[in-house]
Amino acid sequence: MPALEELEIEFAKAWDDPEFHEQLNKLLADFVGRPTPVYRAKRLSDQLGIDLYLKREDLAHTGAHKINNTMGQALLTRRMGKHRVIAETGAGQHGVATATACALLGQECVVYMGEKDIERQALNVHRMRMLGTEVRPVTSGAGTLKDAVSAAMRDWVATVDTTHYIIGSVVGPHPFPWMVRELQKVIGEELRDQMDGSERPQPDVIVACVGGGSNAMGIFYPYVGSGVRLVGVEAAGYGLETGEHGASLVAGSPGVIHGSMTYLLQDVQGQILEAHSISAGLDYPGVGPEHAYFKDRKLVEYTSITDEEAVEAVKLLASVEGIIPALESAHALAWIAKVAASLRGQTVVLNLSGRGDKDVQQIIDLVDSDE
Amino acid sequence: MSRQRLAELFSSCRDENRAALLPYMTAGLPDPAGSVRLFAAMADAGADGFEVGIPYADPLMDGPVIQEAGDRALAAGSGVDVALDILGQVVATTGKPSVVMTYVNPVLRMGADAFAARLSGAGASGAIIADLPVDEARPFASALARHDLGLVLFVAPTTTEARLESVVRSSPPFVYGVAELGVTGERDMASSHIESLVGRVRRHGDVPVVAGVGIATPDQAHRAAAAADGVIVGSALVRRVMEADSVDGAAGSLRQAVGDFARAMQRD
Repeated sequence: MPALEELEIEFAKAWDDPEFHEQLNKLLADFVGRPTPVYRAKRLSDQLGIDLYLKREDLAHTGAHKINNTMGQALLTRRMGKHRVIAETGAGQHGVATATACALLGQECVVYMGEKDIERQALNVHRMRMLGTEVRPVTSGAGTLKDAVSAAMRDWVATVDTTHYIIGSVVGPHPFPWMVRELQKVIGEELRDQMDGSERPQPDVIVACVGGGSNAMGIFYPYVGSGVRLVGVEAAGYGLETGEHGASLVAGSPGVIHGSMTYLLQDVQGQILEAHSISAGLDYPGVGPEHAYFKDRKLVEYTSITDEEAVEAVKLLASVEGIIPALESAHALAWIAKVAASLRGQTVVLNLSGRGDKDVQQIIDLVDSDE
Repeated sequence: MSRQRLAELFSSCRDENRAALLPYMTAGLPDPAGSVRLFAAMADAGADGFEVGIPYADPLMDGPVIQEAGDRALAAGSGVDVALDILGQVVATTGKPSVVMTYVNPVLRMGADAFAARLSGAGASGAIIADLPVDEARPFASALARHDLGLVLFVAPTTTEARLESVVRSSPPFVYGVAELGVTGERDMASSHIESLVGRVRRHGDVPVVAGVGIATPDQAHRAAAAADGVIVGSALVRRVMEADSVDGAAGSLRQAVGDFARAMQRD
């Protein structure tokens, strides 16, 4: 608890400090490549009968929005006088983004990753190691994101004097969900400028995938309560009816996981259940607590997409627009494609939160096993 | 049984100039029936009371030994309901004051009041809720108090004075003093923290302090017992159960270990 209190105070100070913003903004511009473009997907728009724009977080350095958060938190680590960083990762994108920020700032970095995820995201494991990070396999539980978060938290309680825990999403105990939201809301703030009705229209609908929910939080937050329709898409895995999914908001119930009260997947006795998703980044039985609030207040709609639908969406974007999206982001696209008839003529923004290079092997294996 | 039983235990231990030995054991390890026998063996060997662990799927505060114990217990059919039944049998057969160790989500799921009623029915003296900070503790402490049970709260070497004060002010049946930062598990080092932690707690009020986390050897227990009102030994005992090839083997191994700890905790 004292570590969380200290972190809250330190981040609040940094976030009030123009010098911190100056350092961060310079890195975001020159190193990360922000602002990321907004691209009008013309061919897919024509095909779906909507006006579809992609917010290209996949073009941020390291290939996903995760780096917005890690650059900020790595700078904060330095400001707090700590020299060691730990992180958890599911798909490996947050791990790579953390490893990258730590390499840049000369910080020691350890990333916890479930052994199942190490297998299905081998490319990102190699990237992290090349960046000088130690990847520690987590064998407890199902060997996925939940177990990696738990392992990182266990490390942190013993090493808090020297170590900062860069959590990868808007989850965990306060101040993490707030801090990660503040660092990710740059996505929505840029979009507001890029689609202000002058050069491009204002959006009618913004769609993002939700695992822990950081990319969705980042793009939604500046629009909450604005009248723009916001849709978060969770992982329905093999289908909600099978019980094997990651749809905490759509099919879960309130409880406490990793220090926040939110919606989660649990049994009647309150045991946390394993999530399932083809996408390692959505394979988490909880969700950021502010998304739970948005759901209860009906500020954001939440829905879900199956593994199969997500894989089809990867192929769709690749073949029609020449962009291979991450399996995570493909969930959001799959929902758009699925309900396109009801969105006819509307301006729809997809948060293309990450690129799909990391998933290619997994999709090839899947296609092979089907044949 | 009630929290009064714990108060009596600490008071009689003070009269005898010794610390209470409170072993932790995962309920339902190696299986529900065998589990009760293991608690009985520890009572025979000198345990003064118990911390009965409800196996949980995501035990954030626990190290590898108790994580694995929880997984094995769950696989062997244990869970919240079974663990509470075991607790009832342990209290009934040993007569030792016992607290449950759980995480907050199962308590929320059942409802704090229903949970407290179940504990009371089982004859428990209180509960330790590992991931419940003092800031959020009030509704749980009140529900337990309505059933004459106590909520144990944690303090660590990093706990601030303000937080220490609010912990002591909530008058827990005892304060769980974390001897070593980090998760539960055996450590090589001798803890230097517990003495100063007991001193800091005492400046805020006269509440029993029980040392736990990282106490794995009789020697470490001896040193903790010099300062604290009680000592919790967990992973070192749980490991013996997981290494044994039968319930009888585990009971024998525990009897010896608990006896060694009890003897070592005599004050010089």
